[in-house]
Formats: sequence, structure tokens, C-alpha cells
Amino acid sequence: MHLHQRTEPSRLMAYLSPLIAVALTLLCGAFLFHFLGLPADSVLIDFFISPLRDIYGVSELLLKASPLIICAAGLCLCYRANIWNIGAEGQFVIGALIAGAVALQFNNPDQLTDRALGLPMAILGGCLGGAAWAGIAALLRIRFNCNEILTTIMLNYIAINALMWAVQGPLKDPMGFSFPESALFADHLFLPVLHSDYRTNIALFFGLISLGALWVMFAKTMQGFQVSTLGESKRAASYAGFKTNRLTLIALCGCGLLAGLAGAAEVTGTVGQVTPYIPQGYGYSAIIVVFLGRLHPAGILFAALLMALTFLGGENLQIEYGLPKSISLLFQGMLLFFLLVTNTLISNRLVFQTHQALAN
Amino acid sequence: MELELIENLLFSSLRAGIPLLLCGLGVMITEKSGVLNLGQEGMMLISAVISFIVAYNSGNLAVAVLCGALAGCAASLLFAFVTLGLRANQVASGLALTILGTGLSSFLGINYLGEAVESIPTLDIPFLTNLPLLGKVIFGQDYLVYLTLVLTLIFWRLCFHSRFGLMLHALGENPGIANKLGISVIPLRLLAVSIGGLLAGLAGAYLSLSYTPVWTEGISAGRGWIALALVVFAGWRMGPLVFGAFLFGFTSVLNLLLQSFNWSVSANVLAMLPYTLTIAVLVAMNIRSTRAGSARDLLSPRSLGQIYIPEK
Repeated sequence: MHLHQRTEPSRLMAYLSPLIAVALTLLCGAFLFHFLGLPADSVLIDFFISPLRDIYGVSELLLKASPLIICAAGLCLCYRANIWNIGAEGQFVIGALIAGAVALQFNNPDQLTDRALGLPMAILGGCLGGAAWAGIAALLRIRFNCNEILTTIMLNYIAINALMWAVQGPLKDPMGFSFPESALFADHLFLPVLHSDYRTNIALFFGLISLGALWVMFAKTMQGFQVSTLGESKRAASYAGFKTNRLTLIALCGCGLLAGLAGAAEVTGTVGQVTPYIPQGYGYSAIIVVFLGRLHPAGILFAALLMALTFLGGENLQIEYGLPKSISLLFQGMLLFFLLVTNTLISNRLVFQTHQALAN
Repeated sequence: MELELIENLLFSSLRAGIPLLLCGLGVMITEKSGVLNLGQEGMMLISAVISFIVAYNSGNLAVAVLCGALAGCAASLLFAFVTLGLRANQVASGLALTILGTGLSSFLGINYLGEAVESIPTLDIPFLTNLPLLGKVIFGQDYLVYLTLVLTLIFWRLCFHSRFGLMLHALGENPGIANKLGISVIPLRLLAVSIGGLLAGLAGAYLSLSYTPVWTEGISAGRGWIALALVVFAGWRMGPLVFGAFLFGFTSVLNLLLQSFNWSVSANVLAMLPYTLTIAVLVAMNIRSTRAGSARDLLSPRSLGQIYIPEK
């Protein structure tokens, strides 16, 4: 049995491989639960099906999926340009931090200006913060040719430490009994929810709009074409006269803007204050979302829903079986690995040969 | 400054630099063969949790270190299977390994959070420990530190002054030509990747058994990524790698120095330092190679990260 390179990538396998990867992950998960002495079938049902039993479950899924969709849309922009931005997590955190800091300046519900301007300013601040944070990596790439994988990872760690510093220093609530948290936001600083019974808020629309914009950009605009060309071949892009440095800046800052938006939506949506628990790993999971979604807006939407389900299911298993929440991360890691394995079949064919055939 | 403080600083810098040096050695040998394994952080975390669990339950530290190293090696074989066997993208596979390792380590370690193990004992070398200043720094460390220093010398010789090193170098520069010269590309790369895994595994074991022998989630704190950057900074050479590892070790123990001057700086701001320094050295490295009139890429193994497809 060995690999034989196809003359042309298989379209069928391009669609099938994410599905096979999901199936393999479930199978592997079943073995894992069996090995832990748990009833594999009912655990898997509680992991992937029970969270969606009622409308509340679906609304929670959409709530969790929103930041993933927004971050993944941004990362997709970078990956299409062949820029390995791993920094969505840090851009998300800085977005949340700046949005929170801005929101706290408008925290007086009795003032009309605070009520009118607070939320938009917080969101804008988050977007700009995220874009600026990604801008550092863009600058390092363009000016100093620094590998963006390493710089964005380092910026993630710096961002998380900046958040910890802020909640213990300047943003700390003076009335907060020395907890490292900011003051709670007033009601007018919360994102509007879609329905008063559920927590899903308009961050979902931000996500859908980002995906729509992404689709329009790559399907209809010159800028999108230029970014794709840069991704396919930097030399071709240079020969065509595209300004590659500018495209790099656009891709990275665009991603930072969206990740910052996701962070701002998180802090003004579900959390309602700046806390050390804002980094939930959405920025890293969004990387898997983009790959699983094949760098396509529609694919990203489905992948984000699946990934959000692993988060919800993980919480469910924590309650039902006392399994650690990190089981979600474990499943996400397995999924990405299996995806890479099955992706091999897109450009390669498995050839089964007997010894006799080899001898001929 | 008091002599004792300098001694303490050097002692702690060396200890903090050890995991970076171990992991950096592994990265170096992997990348010399032309394979880019970004899964260092994941391998380190897996081996840290495995060696901690073994040490906690058996109390046998030697076995724990061995298990940690083997766990790192096993993780690297998973990476090798996907990238060398199935020709998957190395960057994505490395990221996958890191995500998997992060999840696996916090999953396995959940019942050990905050638990402590006995740390690896120190071995004072008679007479030499009593030398002024450097005596305790170099000759009053634990077994794993000595092992690291010995391994460094061995790999220095192996990578740069041996036939094996030359083969590795040829492979990293151009696997097609190396193949024509009779070097079997995939097996040798497999060997390099698994040695890298073994060394990352030792680094993980050192973290959870010696450096901070209390289990915490994310114990490696980005050291795998810093090691990857260190190798770029070192220009794939041994001397600068050793120097860089201890320079980074020094920045992570700067709080000792600041305390002695009674300067209060937030712990979180200090914690940013190694990461900021990493970015700074990447920039400095680039400025230097631009001045020398060569692109940075000239220093890196030329086939680094590329998928090798054997010719018919």
C-alpha cells in the first residue's frame, strides 16, 4: 500500500475529507470513552446531540459559534494570502481589553451621551485594538521579514499578560473585594440579544456579515483576487505588479479587526466585565474551523457550528460525567489531525499493490 | 552587587535556560534535516504530564524522565507519520500537534492540578562545587541539568563534526540530490524528527519534575515556541543557540534582580519579557543578515518545511 500522486486534485475527496475526519474523530472518541470505562454510545450522545435537544441549546450553540465565525472569517483572509497568522487569540484578547476599557469610560446609565455612544465606541475600540495588534505582526513581517507564526504566537502571550496586568491594575474594580476583575458594565453597554429568553446576541449577525463580506471579496473584487494570487505565489503577485506589502498589511489587519470585533462582542455580550477568563481559546479553535471549512465561507459556517458543539458538549460532559472541560480541546486536536490525514487523499491516491504487481 | 546575588542569578538563569536548550537542540536537529515541526509546545506538554503522572504514582524519577522522553518521541512519531508518511503540510501538522498536546495534557493532568512531586535531586560534585562563583552554578545542579550539558556536547559533535551531520546537512539543503548520493531521505528525516521529540520530551520532563515540580496547566508557557525562535536567532548554529538559551533563561529570572533593588514591577509585565525579547531577537537577526548582504533564508536549511516527493 502506498501513495500515488494524482495528476489533478480530487474534487470528490475535497468535499469528503472533512466528513471522514469527523467520522474518524467520533470513532476515536468512542474508543477513548470505552477505555475510560464509560458507556461510549451514551457519552457521545451527551457530547454531540444532547446539547441541541431544545431551542435553548441551539441558542447557546449560536452564541458560542459567533466569535468562532468572526475569528475564522479573519483567519481565512490571512490563510488565503498564505500568511500564517496564529494570532487571532491575542487579537481577540486585545479587542476585548480595549473594548472593556472604553466601555468603562461610558459606564454611567444616567448620562445620555454614555447611553448613546458607549456600545458603539466600545466595539470600535475593540476592532481598532485588534487591528493594531495584528498590525505589529504585519509591520514585523514587511519591514523586518520576521516569521509571522512566531511573532503572532509571542504577541498572544504578551496580550494575555497585558490582560492580566490590566485587571490587577488600571481596570481593577475598586469596589471589587480585591478580585482581579473590572467593574460590571451597565445595561446599556450590553449587546442587544435576539430574543429576551435566550442569550444569543447580535454578534451572530456580525459573524454572518463577516462571512458575506469575505465571500464578496474573494468572488467579486480585485482586492480578493490579489490576495489569492499572493497566496498562490508571491512571485506571481509581484510580477503582476500587486503591492504585496500592502496586501500583507490588509490581510493581517483585516483579521485583527475581526478578531478584535469578536473580543469586543464577547466582553460586551456574554461576560459584561473585563475578567482574566476572557481568553477561551476561540482564536486557536478558529484555526481548525478555517481548515475544516476548506477556507470557504459556507464551509466555515458549518465548521464553526461543529466546533461550538464541541465546546458545549465538553461542558455537558463535565456536568454529566465529571470529565474535564479540556476534552473539547482534545477532540478539536484529534479532528485537525484526522483532517490532515484525510486531506492527503485529495492530491494522492492510495494504491494497493500485491508483491507480485510490484515485481512486474 | 553582592557576590551571592550574582551567583543566585547565574544559577537560576542556567536552570531556566535548560528546557529551552533541550528543546532548541531538538528543533535544530529536526530542522537541519529539512523538517519544520511546530509541535514543540505540544510534545513538551504531553511529556511533562506523562512524566509527572509516572513520578507521582511510582515515585521513581528515573523511570518518570524516561517515560517523558518516550512520550515526546511518540508524539513526534505521530507528526512524522502525517508529514513524512502522508505528506501533509508541516506547518498545519505542527499546529495540530500543539493543539492536541495542550488538550491531552490538561485532560490527563486534571486530577493532579496543584499536586507536587519530589523534584530531581541535586548532585554536588565534590571539590568543584566549592569553587568561588561558578562552583555552585555549574557543579551544584541536578542530574537532568548535567545530562543536558552532556547531550549538548554530544549533539554539537554529531551535528557539526561527523558524517551523520554532513548527511543531515545535505538532506536539509536538497533532499533530491541527497537521495541521488545514496542517502535515504524519509528514514533519516524520521530519525531526526524522533530525536527532536525525545529532546522535547526531556525538556517537558525537566519542567514538571525539576523546574516547577507542581502540576499546573500549560506548564510550558510558550517555551516550545521560544525554542523555535531561538534556532532562527542562532542561525542554525550551536554556539549562539547555547548562548541564546541562557540569555532567555536570564530574562525569565530578572525578577530576582529587581527584587534586590527593591523595584516593584508587576509580575505580569515581567512575564511579557521573554516573549518581547523573542520578537526583538527575530528583528535583530534580520537586521544583521540584511547588513551582511544576504537574505535570512540563506541561513536556514533550504528545503525546510517543503514536502518531499520521491522521483520515479
